[in-house]
Amino acid sequence: MGYPHPSHPRETPVLSKYFGDAGARTLDGWRQRGGYEALQKALAMDPQEIQTVVKDSGLRGRGGAGFPTGMKWSFMKPDGKVHYLCCNGDESEPGTFKDREIMRWTPHGLVEGVALGAHAIYAETAYIYIRGEFTEAITQVNRAVEDAYAAGILGANAMGSGKRVDVHVHRGAGAYICGEETALMNSLEGRRGNPRIKPPFPAVAGLFGKPTTINNVETLTTVPYIVKNGAEWYKQFGRPDNPKSIGTKLFSVCGNISRPGNYEVALGFPFKEFLYDLCGGPLPGREIKAVIPGGSSVPILTREEAENAIMDYEGMVASGTMLGSGGVIVFDDRQCMVRQIARLTRFYAHESCAQCSQCREGTAWITRIMERIRDGQGTMEDLDTLLSIADNMSGKTICVLSDSCATPVVSGLKKFRHEFEAKIAANPSKVTVPGALRASAA
Amino acid sequence: MSHGPSASGGALVAAPPHGHHHDEPHEPVFVGETRAALDVILSRYPTKQAALLPALWMLQDARGWVSEKGIEEVAAVLEITPAYVKGVVSFYTMYHQHPVGRHFIQVCTTTPCNVCGAEDVVKSFLEHTGCGDLGLTSDDGKYTVIEVECLGACGFATPVMINNDFIESVTPESVPRILSELK
Repeated sequence: MGYPHPSHPRETPVLSKYFGDAGARTLDGWRQRGGYEALQKALAMDPQEIQTVVKDSGLRGRGGAGFPTGMKWSFMKPDGKVHYLCCNGDESEPGTFKDREIMRWTPHGLVEGVALGAHAIYAETAYIYIRGEFTEAITQVNRAVEDAYAAGILGANAMGSGKRVDVHVHRGAGAYICGEETALMNSLEGRRGNPRIKPPFPAVAGLFGKPTTINNVETLTTVPYIVKNGAEWYKQFGRPDNPKSIGTKLFSVCGNISRPGNYEVALGFPFKEFLYDLCGGPLPGREIKAVIPGGSSVPILTREEAENAIMDYEGMVASGTMLGSGGVIVFDDRQCMVRQIARLTRFYAHESCAQCSQCREGTAWITRIMERIRDGQGTMEDLDTLLSIADNMSGKTICVLSDSCATPVVSGLKKFRHEFEAKIAANPSKVTVPGALRASAA
Repeated sequence: MSHGPSASGGALVAAPPHGHHHDEPHEPVFVGETRAALDVILSRYPTKQAALLPALWMLQDARGWVSEKGIEEVAAVLEITPAYVKGVVSFYTMYHQHPVGRHFIQVCTTTPCNVCGAEDVVKSFLEHTGCGDLGLTSDDGKYTVIEVECLGACGFATPVMINNDFIESVTPESVPRILSELK
């Protein structure tokens, strides 16, 4: 069906097939659409067999990092220890709103994937962590969990398999950083959402100190289709010349675009066709100026770069950016890039957990400089200072929030430097910083 | 969460209203059905502390905000210290550390909404609620308006949360109608 727009003929709806179809939300409706057949099948399989199928399928994590899911699962061995599965439903990367639609429209699809994933990693308990603002998603997933318990799908004897699978929903309370996997685990344990130093990695010591696997909502919702149809079926999605990026992927599209919404395409899709055909291109009379293709933490593309990009992990890297979470933010020719990058850095400054000084100080400092350039009070020296701070914020902290703040500044300065310089040239004030270079001096 | 006013131009949390609330009597929240509901939640985790975020939600749902006395009650129920609970409360943006208006209005102004005109939606809410400024509560106690960072509904700019309700595609022009439909 597609939501909010009907599926485009060039889309490949697997996960999004029932978006907008309220009938798919109920347990009966989900079963009528083939739901829980994959879980039934999986509960009769050995966990290692499931891990192998997922590994063979080529599925990679859809939360942003793109780590191979089957390999992540294979870290979990039958060691007799208590294991946990965490489902990351903290979706809060600006530009990304795909997990929200999965949870709102196909909550049983998620519950099925979570239960299946728990069995596959030798866990009896799984937690679905959903960001606090997603009230409708929380209601839908909670209801699905309750109905699944009532029907014996979850619980001490899941689907009559003799295996225990418990699934619980945990509501967040407003913090972008809780989408970072170890911050999410701290939050689940009733702590401040500070990311943890790795190692130890979650597979060794994760939630409550136990071996833990954490997967994104989209990743877990995909797995039942792979288990049901086989790894070979899944491998048909992707471009023939790139076996590293397999499957369909949801892309959220927002900003200055004619048809914002979620689109599901096979990886390897041409970005130009995606933007202009599926999403309808820019608004009437406007031109696309820039695109952030994978959520706010990935480098900005110019229109030309975006039009030549390919929508898969390797294709986006080849274009100097990343596939990330698949959150596409479009900027048209009305937008001032300085203003919008300043708004992004302010987001990261607000969301820094503040445990690493490079991030705590860097995000705030970079925001102050960006906002003074935005307000016509910047100097040419500020541009060098921005790059220096950005360098000191990258690769030096416990998690990548700090790097994510530096990214739009560095890529923005590289690709839209003329906009920064124009703002500075318009600065009417006197030079007050010793040694500051002034573009307007000539 | 962590930064001084220098990093953020607008109020992202509700400001404390005039007067103190520390002396107000606190009716225990975790009694009867609420206590039973908490016990069900506790059974889902291997530690009591893991029920902290859910317990704080129950407190806020019952009282409208998270008071010092409420923090003390949560701490006692979960066998942790009030200072620890306060440290957690202050980390998360959704727990109100001060009373707020009956309709708590959060307008997303992060970049994807910003490029679609979210700042004008904020202005419209401030104008039509009489709140004056971000984070302040209107004189009649009905409204508090804040800017919020990415609500995760970027394709439906501008999304606005009013208490637990999510409203999509809000424009400056639709604000009066939205306010008139609030109970």
